[in-house]
Amino acid sequence: MSDFETVAATENQAARRGPSGEPGTPDKIGTSHKPRSLAGDAWRDLRRNPIFWISLALVTAVSLMAIAPGLFTSNDPQDCVLSRQNSGPSAGAIFGYDFQGCDTYARAVYGSRASLLVGALSALFTGIIALAVGLLAGYFGRWVDAVLSRLIDIVLGIPLLLAAIVLLKRIGSASPNARITAVIFVLAVLGWTTAARVVRSSVITAKEQDYVAAARMLGAGHGRIMLRHILPNALAPAIVVLTIALGSFIAAEATLSFLGIGLKAPTISWGQDIDTGRIHMRESATPLIVPSAFLALTVLAFIMLGDAIRDAFDPKLR
Amino acid sequence: MFRFILRRLLQMVLAFFGTTLIVYALMFAGQTDPIQALAGERPVTAAQRAYLTEKYHLDQTGVGGFFYRYFDYVRSLLQGDLGQSLTGRQIGDILQQAWPVTVKLALIALAVAVVFGVTSGVIAGIRRAGIFDNSTLVLTLLVLGIPTIVLAPLAQYFLGVKWQLFPPTAGAEPSFYALLLPGIVLGSLSLATALRLTRTSVAENLRADYVRTARSKGLVKRRIVSVHVLRNSLIPVVTFLGVELGNLMSGAIITEGVFNIPGVGFNLFRGIRTEDGPLVVGFVSVLVVVYLISNLLVDVLYAVLDPRIRYE
Repeated sequence: MSDFETVAATENQAARRGPSGEPGTPDKIGTSHKPRSLAGDAWRDLRRNPIFWISLALVTAVSLMAIAPGLFTSNDPQDCVLSRQNSGPSAGAIFGYDFQGCDTYARAVYGSRASLLVGALSALFTGIIALAVGLLAGYFGRWVDAVLSRLIDIVLGIPLLLAAIVLLKRIGSASPNARITAVIFVLAVLGWTTAARVVRSSVITAKEQDYVAAARMLGAGHGRIMLRHILPNALAPAIVVLTIALGSFIAAEATLSFLGIGLKAPTISWGQDIDTGRIHMRESATPLIVPSAFLALTVLAFIMLGDAIRDAFDPKLR
Repeated sequence: MFRFILRRLLQMVLAFFGTTLIVYALMFAGQTDPIQALAGERPVTAAQRAYLTEKYHLDQTGVGGFFYRYFDYVRSLLQGDLGQSLTGRQIGDILQQAWPVTVKLALIALAVAVVFGVTSGVIAGIRRAGIFDNSTLVLTLLVLGIPTIVLAPLAQYFLGVKWQLFPPTAGAEPSFYALLLPGIVLGSLSLATALRLTRTSVAENLRADYVRTARSKGLVKRRIVSVHVLRNSLIPVVTFLGVELGNLMSGAIITEGVFNIPGVGFNLFRGIRTEDGPLVVGFVSVLVVVYLISNLLVDVLYAVLDPRIRYE
């Protein structure tokens, strides 16, 4: 349990690195005639950051794997023949076969689909909840804010893994798709709080701006002001938080599947494969190491990508 | 201060009822026939049925009956009666037996986090942007990004099975040596966070006015760091470690499961696998309470330690 929460909690710290926090050097201002936008500045920073490119490449690769696993392997992950149990690498299977005689590499490739699907959809729903709650709390303030902020505090106080165990145990034996939906639902319901706080604070800053007052004077309603003038300000920080959250959601899904309450058998997932690999590690370690490496790299890629984007967009934090 | 504690306490009570209600509603309510679910495949005689209906107040129907049974559950939870697991043992007994092991493991993990995390955090904070600083940042990002379900089995395989530096699993009555590797794995996450917290906080405090004053008074650097900076920098770290102790006690499900340590997390791990509903619910309820209380204590501790923080 502590995994997800500490990852989320340290993100704030993680962002505050890099060399001293002196304000930007003034000599660069005179060199360009056209003032650069925030996004332009951020892009210039990102382009020179190797971590950004590495993580982007990893994210692209794993996404491609999830969409079209056939591009990466021609073997069927469900084609398991017991006679080749734990046999070593060969021309057909570069990482050999696992305990059940399935192609280790093919299983890891096909496992990306469920992980990414759960991660992306959880992040999407988390984003929707966070944007709605953050916008309402930040924009209306007063009692709306009080109620919603207390709600955030309470949900934040619920330990994620323990709550997920209870929520998912209720599902019992359901169809593979129902399980995936359940896992996404649980992660979204429990995981939206950090993003909602971020949205709320950027909404509070944005609503004091002059252009918001101008829009109000021109007769714009609450809905229009929120959606057209304030939401765009909250979007960039929210996307950064959600990218990092996507990584943690993938880790959370794998942990739940590892425990045997997340995704189950016909669905191929890294968490389950790590668990079976772990049990048979004395006979052959590759079925443990390969899905572990896939999972760790994917989670790291999303976390590093989000970190890099935030550093670029928020130079103050450095 | 008093108002803050009161408000925080109220919040905790709300969170307690909220979570236990969810736990209860999901586990026990909504079952078509709870008595049959309790008995499993065996047939239930009419006498047994009547006895259980009486015992669990199942004759009360509707929303009122639900809350009646819910408060029954909360009352026995508060009295320490967690009921029986499917194996027939008292859950309270299992918990009592498992608790010391988990505390031992958590303390080892915490010691690892304090010794390595805080020390390297101070060094990294003083030599900011140096080689040591940058390499620890990369290393901690790796540790924070790699899930425990990857870290624990791989550590077990490489350090325990392949190179045989540590015993790969701990059995009943584990020795300190057997708990060392799981303690390090469990503590690595807190280590990384503690390191980053210490580093940021030391680096911030080094730029504070009072440090400049101390320096201009002619104090040696060692004294400035160890007395002036450290005392202020460790406040957030101490509170973090307080939360972590609560987390470690409840969050060791994976680590204890992988390393076969007969603690709280291991029992929960096994309860999930063997679909032992009452055991899982009992343990989760207790762990949630532990978690909520440790969070509360830490929040109060934070306000006590740092007088600059005033909650209205």
